[in-house]
Amino acid sequence: MNELHFPWIELAIFLPLLGAAWVMRLRDPARAHSQSLVVTASVFIASILEAQDFYSLHIFRAEDRWHLMSRLIGRELFAIDELNAPLIPLIALLFLLTNLATGRTKAARFSFSTMLLTESLTLGLFSAVDPWVIIILMALGTMPAYFELKARGQPTRLYGLAMAASSVLLALGWLLVQRRGPASSLVLFTPLLIGVAIRCGLFPFQSWVINLYDKASFGSALLLTTPLAGAYAALRLIVPMAPDSALRILGLVSLFTAIYSAALALVQTEARRFMSRMVISHSAMVLVGLEVATPLGLTGALCVWLSAGLSLGGFGLTLRALEARRGRLPLVHFQGLYEHTPALAVCFLLTGLACVGFPGTVGFVGTEMLIDGAVEAYPHVGPWIVIASALNGIAIMRAYFLLFTGTQYSSSISLRIGGRERIAVLTLAVLVLGGGLVPQPGVATAYHAAQSLLKARERTVSARENPPEQLRVHAEPPQ
Amino acid sequence: MTVFSILGLIVVCAPALLVVVLGVASLIDRPLSETWTQRAVQCAMGVGLVASVAILVMMLAGNERRVPIELGHWVILHDDLPPPLIATSHHDEHTLYHFAFKFEFDRLSVPFVILTFVLCGTIGAFADKYMHREAGFNRFFVLYAVFVLGMVLTSLAGTIETLFTGWELVGLSSTLLVSFFQERPNPCRNGFRVWCVYRLSDAGLLMAALLLHHLSGEGDFDKLMGTGAWPQGAANLPPGLAFTVGLFLVLAVAGKSALVPFSTWLPRAMEGPTPSSAIFYGALSVHLGAFLLLRVSPILALSPVLSIVVCALGLTSAVFARVTGRAQTDIKAVLSFAAMTQVGLIVAEIGLFSWLSRFLSAPYLLYIPLVHILGHGCARTLQFLRAPTLLHDYGVLENAIGSRLSSDNSLSQSWLSERWRIAIYHFAVNRGYLDAVLHRYLVDPFLRVLRWCDRMDDRITEQVNGPVIAKPGEVPALERPVSGSLPGATTLS
Repeated sequence: MNELHFPWIELAIFLPLLGAAWVMRLRDPARAHSQSLVVTASVFIASILEAQDFYSLHIFRAEDRWHLMSRLIGRELFAIDELNAPLIPLIALLFLLTNLATGRTKAARFSFSTMLLTESLTLGLFSAVDPWVIIILMALGTMPAYFELKARGQPTRLYGLAMAASSVLLALGWLLVQRRGPASSLVLFTPLLIGVAIRCGLFPFQSWVINLYDKASFGSALLLTTPLAGAYAALRLIVPMAPDSALRILGLVSLFTAIYSAALALVQTEARRFMSRMVISHSAMVLVGLEVATPLGLTGALCVWLSAGLSLGGFGLTLRALEARRGRLPLVHFQGLYEHTPALAVCFLLTGLACVGFPGTVGFVGTEMLIDGAVEAYPHVGPWIVIASALNGIAIMRAYFLLFTGTQYSSSISLRIGGRERIAVLTLAVLVLGGGLVPQPGVATAYHAAQSLLKARERTVSARENPPEQLRVHAEPPQ
Repeated sequence: MTVFSILGLIVVCAPALLVVVLGVASLIDRPLSETWTQRAVQCAMGVGLVASVAILVMMLAGNERRVPIELGHWVILHDDLPPPLIATSHHDEHTLYHFAFKFEFDRLSVPFVILTFVLCGTIGAFADKYMHREAGFNRFFVLYAVFVLGMVLTSLAGTIETLFTGWELVGLSSTLLVSFFQERPNPCRNGFRVWCVYRLSDAGLLMAALLLHHLSGEGDFDKLMGTGAWPQGAANLPPGLAFTVGLFLVLAVAGKSALVPFSTWLPRAMEGPTPSSAIFYGALSVHLGAFLLLRVSPILALSPVLSIVVCALGLTSAVFARVTGRAQTDIKAVLSFAAMTQVGLIVAEIGLFSWLSRFLSAPYLLYIPLVHILGHGCARTLQFLRAPTLLHDYGVLENAIGSRLSSDNSLSQSWLSERWRIAIYHFAVNRGYLDAVLHRYLVDPFLRVLRWCDRMDDRITEQVNGPVIAKPGEVPALERPVSGSLPGATTLS
């Protein structure tokens, strides 16, 4: 197996874990904030170097240098390949920006050690390629939010049930698939499909996402949902080997969810609930592309994943920054916050429009390719994605007008953004616009990853259609 | 690189640079002063205008009918090669997907882009005085720059994707300009309505683009509309397909050009400052739909039914706007309906002449609607700019003739009974009840169903988890009752 030049993967995973242990000891929120900031920045740099090291090798998959995990537990748990290489820096960036944009008013109530623990688990999940490791880390990744809900005295039954059901179904599903080998049927994949559907909040399992945004801290909800862990499970466990019928069913449910959630975002009366609907809709949109399983559709889905992760993360952080100033944000009357926070208004618009694939932003080319790929595979699917995107666009503008315009808001204290928040806003603006103006490197990487994934799927499908005996006969050299 | 390419680049880059300069300065919280903003605007508009006029002169002198300028591919993927990290201009039958930056200078785009620079330059100079010391001076000019860039991209687009990019930029900047006076709720509500119509229109255009892209594998206009220069191109699509694509395009056009049934966004758009009303809804933005129809006229020519639909839509809109405009009580609304009447006529002309041009083999007929657009754009801009001083102008006129200006109602009085006149007046003053009908039969039921679904979601959560946080029960501010109501109805919510 190919190796990186340094154990970047383990560094990126275990650094936040150590950081969590260190920060947990600190009582002063300001110190915890600044020291966790150092950790998240270091993790981000490590993740960038990890991706850079991987791309310099020009291979499909690489493991860590020195195989530390093999020495410790006898097997490698983590690897970097073309599918997760762009996602790992994205996740590290989301955690860094969340940390950076945490205002002083939030710092006292936000657990930085839990955030670092979640970062470690999320990076572990996205670095894992072994299905069992993915399933276990996915289940563990839901724990911090559960304990946070408990600590805040909020009901945990719905969240706990949904996450437990998802984890159990994923484990059961993978066990079934593993026992039966490549000769798979739709029935065999049903537990995996339902497990992923629950984790992604697909219809009719969307309630836990809305409940999480409603009851948990905004930061925790964002960090648990915006990396789209459910889509990662689908990418690793379902797309490479599921029969076409399974992909089609998941695709249809995802398409319905994308439209349903986008439409419901139009009638939300509270910003967090609005955000949760947007996350569900985009998560479902990515799944639609993954299930199309054509080079173009898959490339579009991977691009939309990256753009949605970035833009939804930025969008959520903007809402969180506003919430830090105003408390919960109702979407029933005009707030008129533009005059006080013009930078946040611009960031809200930029990231929101990037979510819906507005031209010139990071989401544009990905969305175009996703729709193009969908039309190519199933012509009737294309218009529905366009409708979902149009509804999302209307919902975003509605939220913009309600939050930033319509009245003059008077405040006795300054609500302008601070230095750290400005850095976060500018970073997001540069990435959203830069990725939109120079899309080719990102698209090329996604296309390469899509080709590799489809080749892996082809191999599995041909193994299913030609049983091993037959394959052996074909493999024998001619006499 | 040829002289045409250099000039073409200047035409596109001038407004793009203006967006970068004004936008980045605002983003880093260091907006330019009014003087420097105005200099930047004048410089960009002047350079763009000179370059586009130079292109026109060179085209006329060299008898060039079409000058395509390719700036390479923005994105390119080959199905048998590893994807390049930097997009190249290499494009062959193995290309899986490409997104080309291509601009087309022809007898349609060059006059339109010159009109854009002339009118935007005029409005830029006018707005410098009009917006002087206004709190949103910088915001206005950032949006103005985005609008100009969108117009130039749309006018010169050589591919349907480039056109879509410009189309969206125009839509966004227009929406934000309608809600420019954002400390008041009404401009924001109207801005939101405009955005909703634009999104519907954009969805239509995107669907048409996707269909064309999917069928031909190309988004380039020269491949889609035949190799002949405008207006001589002949599209290579089966008539049935041309009809389907055409219907999506008609949806896009109806939304953008405020045709029936989307007409009522145009008077709402007058909430913005006068310069933006003049430039966007009186002169340029409202003609974009007609421009798109002219660009795709070879598709219209393929389907007589589609031509009839376009013609009928244009005429209906013109009659509706003429009748409704008669009962408006403020000058900007009157002018907006007058603009809508002319746009309706232009669209009807396009529907008629695109079919006739094929039938009679007389493509030059399509110059008639183009000239109509150019003339109407200039005349309407002048009227809009004079609108704030209308009373003064009336005073000058009346002083000059020595009596009151007469209002001529004799025609309608002699033709129609009083009962009919009152009914038509009600119809006109309520703007054809279009808003009310759309709300009552489309928007409200849709929102009611959505709210019911939302409540069901909450009920599930409640049953598993316990009671949810009570949500505010007010009517959302963007969904308050609309002006104009159905006969016998007092409210729509």
